[in-house]
Amino acid sequence: MSEFLTVSVLTATVASGIRLSAPFLLAALGETLGQRSGVLNLGVDGIMLVGAFGSYYTVLQTGNLWLGVLVGVAVGLSMGVLTAVVNVSFRAQQGISGIGIYLFGLGMSDLLFQKLVGTPRPISSLPALEIPLLGDLPVVGSMLFRHNALVYAAIALVPILAFVLNRTTYGTNVRAVGENPEAADSMGVSVAGIRWSAVLVGCALAGLAGTALAIELGIFQQNLTSGQGFIAIALVYFGAWRPTGVLAGSLLYGMVAATVLQWKTLGIIPRSASDLAAMAPAVLTILALVVVARRFRQPTALGRPYEREA
Amino acid sequence: MLAAVGALLVGAAMLWMFGADPLEGYRAMLVAAFGSGDALAATAIKAAPLVLVGVGITIAFRANVINIGGEGQMVAGGLLAAVTALALPDLPAPILLPLVLLAGAVGGAVWGGIPGALKAYFEVNEILSTIMMNIVAVQVMNFLLRGPLLDTAQISGLSRVPQTERLSPNADLPILIQGTRLHAGVIVAILAAVAAYVLLWRTTLGFRLRAVGLSPDAARYAGMPVRRTITLALALAGALAGLGGAVLVLGSVSHRMVTDGTATGFTGAAGFNGIVAALFGALHPLLTILSSFVFGGLLVGGIALQRVVQVPSSLIVALNGLVVVFVVSSELLRRRMRLQAVEIGRTDAGEPEPGTGARESSVQLRISDRGPG
Repeated sequence: MSEFLTVSVLTATVASGIRLSAPFLLAALGETLGQRSGVLNLGVDGIMLVGAFGSYYTVLQTGNLWLGVLVGVAVGLSMGVLTAVVNVSFRAQQGISGIGIYLFGLGMSDLLFQKLVGTPRPISSLPALEIPLLGDLPVVGSMLFRHNALVYAAIALVPILAFVLNRTTYGTNVRAVGENPEAADSMGVSVAGIRWSAVLVGCALAGLAGTALAIELGIFQQNLTSGQGFIAIALVYFGAWRPTGVLAGSLLYGMVAATVLQWKTLGIIPRSASDLAAMAPAVLTILALVVVARRFRQPTALGRPYEREA
Repeated sequence: MLAAVGALLVGAAMLWMFGADPLEGYRAMLVAAFGSGDALAATAIKAAPLVLVGVGITIAFRANVINIGGEGQMVAGGLLAAVTALALPDLPAPILLPLVLLAGAVGGAVWGGIPGALKAYFEVNEILSTIMMNIVAVQVMNFLLRGPLLDTAQISGLSRVPQTERLSPNADLPILIQGTRLHAGVIVAILAAVAAYVLLWRTTLGFRLRAVGLSPDAARYAGMPVRRTITLALALAGALAGLGGAVLVLGSVSHRMVTDGTATGFTGAAGFNGIVAALFGALHPLLTILSSFVFGGLLVGGIALQRVVQVPSSLIVALNGLVVVFVVSSELLRRRMRLQAVEIGRTDAGEPEPGTGARESSVQLRISDRGPG
């Protein structure tokens, strides 16, 4: 136990926790935007998978990391078109359609991987950007200010999304459409238009989340995300549909994951117990869902397709 | 039907893109899935868990509850069945086999009942809680199979895959036709589907489930215990999926429960594919038998696809996803067509048509609440 409490181990754990939380955060922020507009997108995990593969393959072929990031976003966007067509234009039952999109992404990413790559080959990862001065601080520097650009981007998105949702006309429209689409429609807001845009941005972020994961791990394999996209959806509930709440949840998840990982490598807990420890976040989430369901209200029109009365 | 044709066309396009002859690929799939006695047996075995999960999904859906937890419920059922068989190896088969199947159902029922109760009494979204329960189930499985239930002989020497000891032969599902692998799990699945049909349309409980699904408010007003019914709906769905997990373990070739660390490694994604089968079976227990057989064939054929035209069987996973997407999307078209038919048959188009309101859409997948027959 004492070994775990040394400063260097602690800072390393916190730093890796922040890194691990970035994919959760990106995906969950995207899902937050979609859900605030009333669309439940259960396909996040599938979109992350194809996004991750797109980036991985691009980097593998070209060696250009930024092109990889771009491709991840583009793949996310095109999955977003599919998601929006199904959920907004065709007004499908969102609890089911998302599972279809998930399965499609799961199968498609593995299919392409096996066909185009075959055996996993590692790619280089994004270099850590050290923020001048702050990065040189003892302890805090290596914990907070030596991450790759995607991690900073994910954290920067929190205030940006909060600002957009709460302080802009677009954000007001998104919330109106998610709370009371009939009223928004009668005020001349295009319900379908707002939802389309929210879903597209959300899916682009899911694609980017996949990119962050692939680039962080430097590898792709079948079911790389192993359900992280589903956890990201739960984090939206956990954070009560607020960007800051989502940030707190993502960090918590990243920290728990990093701690379990660290304990395993240090041999503090035996391997079998680490299986039980890995269960903790899911149990925690279920408990959090109970609390959130009592305290906070979800967007009223969440999961409800909008159809104008004839 | 349209959805299946659409998915097959997309599949053909993808095969073609990968430089494989789509016709050759599909022919290989058909032969592998339905072309011989062995093929049919393999398909039926693959279909059995799909039927069980799918019928459970149907019951839940009729009560307007969405069960995404099939994977975890199968794992829970498989685990409890395996533990029971390991604990009581000396019981004679006529007692042990039913007991072990029951254990599977109980394990799944608990795993489904928890999110059911959370939804009914704490208003926790069941989609999320069932997904979380999936994750918990996987970790419990990994813990048990790598720890207390581990067969040390296997891990040290032979296969290096964490698994239980061989379960008592008294808990084996009997082979139905000698020389094939066709086992009694198929019968269990068909019986369960018939029972679910009777339950839904011939009993008071079934009426209550459907009433709660159509309108919880009206059901409450009529004095029905809505919360208990919602809990029960998910517990029943879980019980059926758990039974599916038990059938997977007891009907497996090795007669062990094996883990590769993921749920799909054990279930073959039947917890998700069962949703596809149920949707395709129009959320009707008996039609779900038929659609599961077709999807079982698709899964068996997918392996041949890999062998004959060198396209990975993940293609089938992707196609299954597309089938779901197509089915839920075409629902709107179907409703529109029905609406048009009504409009045309009417002279005064004044009053609004029931079924177009926004409230209705939360249960829109109820593809016509067909009664008995």
